[in-house]
Amino acid sequence: MDKVMRLATERGVVLFSKSSCCLCYAVKILFQELGVTPTIHEIDQDPEGREMERALMRLGCKAPVPAVFIGGKLVGSTNEVMSLHLGGGLIPLLRPYQALC
Amino acid sequence: MDFPSTQFVPSRMMGTYEPIHQIGMWGENFKSIGNPSISASVIVEVDNKLENESETASHEMPVPSCKHDQEASKPFDKIQRRLAQNREAARKSRLRKKAYVQQLESSRLKLIQLEKELEQAREQGLYIGRGLEAGHLGFSGVVNPGIAAFEMEYKHWMQVQNRQLGELRTALNAQISDIELRIVVENGMSHYFELFRMKSTVAKADVFYVMSGTWKTSAERFFSWIGGFRPSELLKVLVAQLDPLTDQQIFEVCNLKQSCQQAEDALSQGMEKLQETVSATLAAGQLGQGTYFPQVAMAMEKLEALVCFVNQADHLRQETLQQMSHILTTRQAARGLLALGEYIQRLQDLSTLWATHPREPA
Repeated sequence: MDKVMRLATERGVVLFSKSSCCLCYAVKILFQELGVTPTIHEIDQDPEGREMERALMRLGCKAPVPAVFIGGKLVGSTNEVMSLHLGGGLIPLLRPYQALC
Repeated sequence: MDFPSTQFVPSRMMGTYEPIHQIGMWGENFKSIGNPSISASVIVEVDNKLENESETASHEMPVPSCKHDQEASKPFDKIQRRLAQNREAARKSRLRKKAYVQQLESSRLKLIQLEKELEQAREQGLYIGRGLEAGHLGFSGVVNPGIAAFEMEYKHWMQVQNRQLGELRTALNAQISDIELRIVVENGMSHYFELFRMKSTVAKADVFYVMSGTWKTSAERFFSWIGGFRPSELLKVLVAQLDPLTDQQIFEVCNLKQSCQQAEDALSQGMEKLQETVSATLAAGQLGQGTYFPQVAMAMEKLEALVCFVNQADHLRQETLQQMSHILTTRQAARGLLALGEYIQRLQDLSTLWATHPREPA
């Protein structure tokens, strides 16, 4: 879906979320801890939310939220983000977008 | 059959209309009767309502007392009264029987549970009381088959775990090749991954069961974080056992510990948010009104997210194990698995000791 891809590539760190989703909240907290402010799109508050949901699922996000894009590329959902982080691969990806302390 | 001391008077006689105050005693049933003449159909209706009323309260039985009517109405009334009494007696008897059967059913389930636990305790010898202390025998009255299946699988899992720990001990003391040792380590890792799969399945059946850690010993439950150990805590225990580590390894383990901690914090805060959400949903609207089903149904929907959190927590545990096995040498990984296993055994022994330790009377 054009809108999803456009939003995903618009900014460095993009998170598709739902305002009611507590797991999405956990991912937001994680980014906060890592000094990154992702651009958040709450698809449950978007008029095209349903379509966006379907688009995200087609891209491979079963959940479909949270869905994380870094540098325009899909990283994945909570599982992938956590695995990446524990493997030490998340911070290097985020480095260009981390807030200057 | 007990008769109340006050006798009431609705006359069954056609065409008579009893004073309001007496009919008023029967409350709702007679509100619809505006017509002073009580027809036969109403008599039948009154009979049925009598039957319904007797379910909830002891009701006064109609007894003819109006002298004027007594002669003509006696046999008819007696029959009606007898029938009503019989119906009430039968109803009470059915209710008693139902209550008795329900009691039998729940006792039967308790008995099955007790027998299962006794058998488990016997088989495990030293581990009598592990996970099964009297304190936690909380029967909900219904045995969830998913839970029953998990508990059986877990029993088997523990047996395999103990056997594998023995194998690790032997392998580390013997002069076996790294390749052979690697196999033992891989078996140990797979075994933990198997546990996470089992937990994922039972979480779908009853996520509260996983959250409560019922299948574990009390000391293990003391350390519980979203249905299991905190990965960062286990790392702390492990690392202390693994000297000497190279500088590179120390660096990588430090990073792993930090990432783990951050991930745990994120999940913990997510859990807090979930608690807030469920609480707010449940408390929505006015409390004290009595009707609450919509709030409860909505809260249940929110609670479904708990399964996701439990799965994420187990995923974190699994990833931590994976990463450690990448950072460590085969030999170190073997020592690590053994250390982890023995640490858990100590916790289990602590639980047993605690349960059997004589206490000062309060």
